[in-house]
Amino acid sequence: MIPSLLLPLLGVGEAAAGQGKTFWMPPQASTLAPDVDKVFYFIYWVDIAFFVLMMGAVIFFAIKYKQKKEGEKTSANKGSHSLELVWAVVPTILSVVMFVTGFRVYVESVIPPADSYDVRVVAQKWSWAFEYPSEGIEATELVVPADTNVRLTMNSKDVLHSFFVPDFRVKKDVVPGRYSVVWFNAPEPGEHHIFCTEYCGDGHSVMLNTVKVLPQDEYDAWLASQKAVAEAEGDLTGVALGESLFAKKACVGCHAIDGTKLVGPPMNGLLGRTEELADGSTIVADDDYIRESILAPTTKVVAGYAPSMPPFEGQLSETEINALIDYIKSLD
Amino acid sequence: MSPQTANTYAHPENDLTPEVNYLNATKGLKSWLLTLDHKRIGVMYLVTILTFFMVGGLLALGIRAELFTPEGDLFTAATYNKMFTLHGAIMVFLVLVPAIPASIGNFVLPLMLGQKDVAFPKLNLASFWIYIFGAAFLVFTLINGGVDTGWTFYTPYSSDHASGSVVLTLTGAFILGFSSILTGLNFIVTIHKMRAPGQTWRKMPLMLWALYSTSVIQVLATPVIAITLFLLIFERILEIGIFDPSMGGDPVLFQHFFWFYSHPVVYVMVLPAFGVISETVSVHSRKHIFGYMAIAGSSVSIASVGFLIWGHHMFLSGQSELQGAIFSFLTFGVAIPTAIKNFSWIATLWKGSIRWNTVMFYTLGFIWIFLIGGLTGLFLATMATDVHLHDTYFVVAHFHYVMMGGTLFALVTAIHHWWPKMTGKMFNETIGKATFWLAFIGYNLTFFPQFVAGTQGMPRRYHQYVPEFEVWMQASTIGSFIFGLALFIILGYLIHSLVKGVKAPHNPWGAVSLEWETATPPIEHNFHGLPVCTKGPYDFDEIEEGA
Repeated sequence: MIPSLLLPLLGVGEAAAGQGKTFWMPPQASTLAPDVDKVFYFIYWVDIAFFVLMMGAVIFFAIKYKQKKEGEKTSANKGSHSLELVWAVVPTILSVVMFVTGFRVYVESVIPPADSYDVRVVAQKWSWAFEYPSEGIEATELVVPADTNVRLTMNSKDVLHSFFVPDFRVKKDVVPGRYSVVWFNAPEPGEHHIFCTEYCGDGHSVMLNTVKVLPQDEYDAWLASQKAVAEAEGDLTGVALGESLFAKKACVGCHAIDGTKLVGPPMNGLLGRTEELADGSTIVADDDYIRESILAPTTKVVAGYAPSMPPFEGQLSETEINALIDYIKSLD
Repeated sequence: MSPQTANTYAHPENDLTPEVNYLNATKGLKSWLLTLDHKRIGVMYLVTILTFFMVGGLLALGIRAELFTPEGDLFTAATYNKMFTLHGAIMVFLVLVPAIPASIGNFVLPLMLGQKDVAFPKLNLASFWIYIFGAAFLVFTLINGGVDTGWTFYTPYSSDHASGSVVLTLTGAFILGFSSILTGLNFIVTIHKMRAPGQTWRKMPLMLWALYSTSVIQVLATPVIAITLFLLIFERILEIGIFDPSMGGDPVLFQHFFWFYSHPVVYVMVLPAFGVISETVSVHSRKHIFGYMAIAGSSVSIASVGFLIWGHHMFLSGQSELQGAIFSFLTFGVAIPTAIKNFSWIATLWKGSIRWNTVMFYTLGFIWIFLIGGLTGLFLATMATDVHLHDTYFVVAHFHYVMMGGTLFALVTAIHHWWPKMTGKMFNETIGKATFWLAFIGYNLTFFPQFVAGTQGMPRRYHQYVPEFEVWMQASTIGSFIFGLALFIILGYLIHSLVKGVKAPHNPWGAVSLEWETATPPIEHNFHGLPVCTKGPYDFDEIEEGA
């Protein structure tokens, strides 16, 4: 009998925890995931067999041939060509099998079906934005219909990022100056983590997002509401527009509005506050200072924070800058 | 004594445990700092490398402490990023690359060849001081605001976005490369031109085959990283677009250049470890190594194939799928010779007389750890599974098993094996064996849970993380502190042995390679006259005749 403690190591699943989730692998939430997991578990069992065989031999020999006294005789064996041939050929065959199975699933994973639904992904320090070209909308989360082939065309505004959804077994680097593509098909509705897996600076570990997989009817409803928001947003002004931008431009990832110190300083009560700067001087935060800190953030950095915020020069209209300042002023 | 033990170096002046030896023949700090003696240079390297290992290790404990909870509460993200960058840069450039070749290798290589020194003793000293000079840059960045690019310096983050002393760090790594090249060159010439009479290639200890293969990689690969780092310095200072797309460069080109060096250098770290294990597994089981030529040949083939597989670090980078497939296929080509080595070590134990001592415990511990490191590499060579595992904690665990578990466990093995030779003192076996278990359990507890965190999807280089990974991160942190404690105990009992240790007999392990033929500790010029090599390095007295 295998002790129950060891069961997880053998890949026995925890059925309740999610579809296809095992000790080693997260839930299988895409059509690709079961295929990847088959390759994984094939290699896994080959590894287990080799490990048990080889370490078993080590432990057996170490005990059986433990030295009883110095000077006892040992075998004159210096090798065996037939044995060496066996342990060169068997791993070679297994390696070729691993390569071929891995390659086939890889090919499946990199060629998007022709009927795929297109979404653009724009990565920047430290947020993900999603554009739906055929719908004319932008979203701050990736919302997709279930049971549909979705193709993501991704690029980066600044440094390398990498788009990773563990539950889908999908990952691809997002590179500035070029487009990279991934695709997936999530059969069931659900929510899954998106992680950035290429180191990109201070906010790397908070560059998270969520894929929301919705049933087709709910997805249609979501689309309709987003379109309504997009139309209405043209009319948003002042604080409301600022609040929307604060979320949309991912300011919220680094600047808390409840006084918490994140990667950047908190925004509540900023207006009129006297801030000590990295060079030792002080400044009273006013409209001009906030504007400068949005457009060219590294010019006057508050002491204790890294000069790591990306500049928004050229990315915001005058109305939007003003709205952001108004929103920050409204926080206390 | 059987008749074949005529590997004699019987010289009339021989005192095998002399009062005057290389350690005390000359005195004063200057006699050490400007020494041309390969043994003293080896010892200086060892002390320096272990010092940097402690710095890199303390940084690692800081990282693990931060990751004990999901929140980023102990350090700021900026500080954390600088810590893992310096941990990586120090461990790779200052510790792992020179760990075994420059310290243990420097000490034993001329002795194993029956020579008085390496071919170019002054070059050897120069390479030590170049190492110190390069290291000074890295240490200076540590106190000068640090650097947060990751040890991989990926562009365009490193060329255009990172703050801090990027150029200083790059310059340090650039300088360190020369130290590595010069050591490699010295070893190649020494092995080719300066073997004892009678010592054919096939009579060299496998440690020398390993050091030879390592040196070839150092000489061929290091110039590429030097040029790459130089180009990056150029880009950062002069804003010439080479790698940065906003200036017309190509960021993936940097990754090709970088891994063209940094993959082969993995074998610079691990081939000498294979060499050490090939010695200790044979000496401490009193049996001839199994498949000598297969082990020697696999060192050479790992060194050659190792140059053709750099692209397996870049399956997701945007290189073409066809390129990826070729690199994946070739990567399996390096798994085979590695497997052959492991099988050969295990077969060496068969029908031996296996000592249950500290050196053998670490040797077998190495086989366990390296086997896990090697077998988990198969998931990463296979493209479909690498997509999921790339840049997660699975990779972190894998390369720590290979490089940290592999190289460092072998370094600890080597230090224990050659400790009597180097210092003339015996360490305490009981404490040594007990500490092994603490180190072994601590090590596995640190890195095994990271495999699970990785397969479940936790990305590397995360300062804070989602709560579902907490249990694995906590186990890992607890393990790391146990492992750290074990390393300090090892340091403690080794230092204690210098002061209070029993005087080592001339050849405590009954080894037959040439370094044990001379005095312990060796005299300044190693041998009176030239020893003659008449028998192989693994022909122990206990081996039954015939068969």
